[in-house]
Amino acid sequence: MHDNVFDRYREGGSLLHRLSPIVKVVFTVVFIFSNAILPDGAWLAFGLAWLLLLAGSQISGLGIGFTAKRSFIALPFALAAVTAIFSLPGRTLAEWDFGRWHLVATDAGMLRFVSIMVRSWLSVQGAMLLIATTRFPDLIHAFEHLRMPRLLVTIIAFLYRYMFVLTDEVLRLMRSRQSRAASLPGRKAGGPIIWRARVAGNMVGQLFLRSYERSDRIYNAMLARGYEGQMRTLNRHEMAAQDWLFAALAAAALLSVQLVGRFPLR
Amino acid sequence: MLYVPAPLHIPDGFLSLTISLICWAITALAVTVAVRRTGSLGERQVPLMGIMAAFIFAAQMINFPVAGGTSGHLLGGALAAIVLGPWAGMLVMTAVIAVQGLLFQDGGLLVMGANILNMGLLTAAVGYGLYRIVEERSRKTKLIVAGVAAWLSVMAAALSTSLQLWLSGTARLDIVVPAMLGVHALIGLGEALITVAALAFIFRTRPDLLEQAEGAEGNGRGWAAAGLLIALAVVVLSPLASANPDGLERVAADLGFFDRGVSSPLNFLSGYTLPFLGEGVLSTILAGVVGVLVVAGVVFVAARLFRERTT
Amino acid sequence: MPVTHKKITPVPTPAMAGCEDGDVLKIEHLDFTYPDGHVALWDVSLDLCQGEKVALVGPNGAGKSTLMLHLNGIFRGDGIVRVGDLPLDKANLPLIRSMVGLVFQNPDDQLFSPTVFEDVAFGPLHMGLPEDEVRTRVDEALAQVHMSNFRERLSHHLSMGEKKRIAIATVLSMRPQILVLDEPSAGLDPRARRALINLLREMPITMLVSTHDMAMVRELFPRMVVMDEGRIVADGSTAELLEDEALLEAHGLERP
Repeated sequence: MHDNVFDRYREGGSLLHRLSPIVKVVFTVVFIFSNAILPDGAWLAFGLAWLLLLAGSQISGLGIGFTAKRSFIALPFALAAVTAIFSLPGRTLAEWDFGRWHLVATDAGMLRFVSIMVRSWLSVQGAMLLIATTRFPDLIHAFEHLRMPRLLVTIIAFLYRYMFVLTDEVLRLMRSRQSRAASLPGRKAGGPIIWRARVAGNMVGQLFLRSYERSDRIYNAMLARGYEGQMRTLNRHEMAAQDWLFAALAAAALLSVQLVGRFPLR
Repeated sequence: MLYVPAPLHIPDGFLSLTISLICWAITALAVTVAVRRTGSLGERQVPLMGIMAAFIFAAQMINFPVAGGTSGHLLGGALAAIVLGPWAGMLVMTAVIAVQGLLFQDGGLLVMGANILNMGLLTAAVGYGLYRIVEERSRKTKLIVAGVAAWLSVMAAALSTSLQLWLSGTARLDIVVPAMLGVHALIGLGEALITVAALAFIFRTRPDLLEQAEGAEGNGRGWAAAGLLIALAVVVLSPLASANPDGLERVAADLGFFDRGVSSPLNFLSGYTLPFLGEGVLSTILAGVVGVLVVAGVVFVAARLFRERTT
Repeated sequence: MPVTHKKITPVPTPAMAGCEDGDVLKIEHLDFTYPDGHVALWDVSLDLCQGEKVALVGPNGAGKSTLMLHLNGIFRGDGIVRVGDLPLDKANLPLIRSMVGLVFQNPDDQLFSPTVFEDVAFGPLHMGLPEDEVRTRVDEALAQVHMSNFRERLSHHLSMGEKKRIAIATVLSMRPQILVLDEPSAGLDPRARRALINLLREMPITMLVSTHDMAMVRELFPRMVVMDEGRIVADGSTAELLEDEALLEAHGLERP
């Protein structure tokens, strides 16, 4: 049931799907990097970066609006950035006194705030496109090729395999808690907060023990198949011509985004 | 919804490149050391850490209703470090935060170093460091300290997140610090309560597991010092940041932050006046200490309640 | 509650008369005590002939799983375990682990890799085989359980029946001499159970299968070994033992 909730991968055979995961990972990181170093208010460059995203969505066969739908996940964090409006010196737009804070909204602050939001909005969509067109196990292999420590790669692979299994266990625990959380009419259900926290804590403890015991069984299953402390994986990687081509085009595109951002046409 | 994004996962775009890279460097260093240290703990450790990462991931979904539609849940850094040891705890948290950022875009990629530093490394260091100090003490003491450590771990993560936002020119110091810490003082209570209850459960059922983790690491003093240091930073820096932001601003400017925008008026104000000698500072630090004591008291009472009901 | 064992007269079986092609597995006087003092195995002796399919039955806690964990040296008790011509000792351990294909009860513990391919390749890879050989073996093992088109699938997308089959493939890829299965039909719906039984029937390999599924035992396994309280209490032809109502009742078994 949580296939849809947890699996962000969208099946497909597009060029983007078939591209080497390493190229995709590197491109995504460079894309986000490029957004981060664009100056505040480089609207044309931001627009170009957005066009790149749209092109990516189109090529992937997911449809142009695909990444936009979930792209506002970072919105709550805007609350933290709102204060940027009042933190930069510049032409005063408005002033408020709010308790002990004297808030001066400036044009520079406004510019900074909007730029932060745009950067974040673009970057999150880049990551979404990556995850929608790349199976997570292939991503894990890409990390291995990109020299992430082997132990960490292995932990992430286990995490990916077992988060589904353990989430199921959590759901079962929560359902059994729910089904026992009865209350008499007119009385508040759930008991005092300490008690509720203790129930949750017991569930966490329960889950810990089950997980611990499961790791014993998995260890045995690994031993039975010849594991002796070294994880070995088979994970060939060859760059095809189209991978190089894509990498070159993508690099050129991001370079022009930077050029436009730094030397605005006037 | 199954997956609830936690408020500490910074998205891409909110931190400057400089801060992102510095945080990545610190994180990469710590992870490298952690890989070395845990690699020698034996082959059994590999599947254990993998499953424990999935455990933390799943445990973060267990919530309990607090009030007004909000709910308390677990971040897990302190708990992971206490049950697995600090290095293994850090690796486990690193994997969890990496998957959350990659798979759910909960937290960015370029800023992932910062997220791991805040939620994985600092929390594990505070959690384990303080717990380690009382390792030989009674079970009750251990539970109380674990609770305080769990609360402080969330506060440390919140403080460090605020400082990064401020140093990146994203947020104003005197607003972001009290706001983040205020919210997380409450969230941290949930963390403390769940951590204590979970540990009490493990103490009741499989105390041997906790003893294993305790015996696993050699350098207790170093961890204790690190834990105390971070705790002290939370207690001293938080009130300072809200009461005397100018002082911190100046230090940051002297250190060469604020690469864009904020620079001009602040850079001229260098020179070595002692910035922290404002009048109200001592009293605000005292307030911080009192706050910690109050929380410790709450956790103490909670721990006693847990014990009474379980025996 | 202590169960008093009756003196058991072993039913003569072809196996006990000695194997024609030699025995694949030989266990002699195996004892095992858990660190907490619980005696899990007590004087267990068992021979398996080439190509034999043997059921291992008995109540939970009888020691079936503990015995299985001894067959490839995950547990080491006192006594002799031989696989083929090799005595089980530290030097032979890697080889023996590839000869005994042990499949655990819960496929979620057995399938610990993100994809089916990685899991089936795990055994051959850790045997140190070259890459091409590993790929050949993965394809071969998946074909044997009729799951060839599941190669690139993600493990958490599989149904229970599919997981059980892939779990068997994860050891078949090591080309074992004996297949040791723990509760293969547990948790399967009738259709998946039927498919699994058909699969086990068509595989020519020597098999030791622990199960509570007595209908499957009658259908599939000519020989049956009954364990209780860490001991082997009966070993003989399934058809005959299933007629021994006193024996079945004493060890909590039911005739299908």
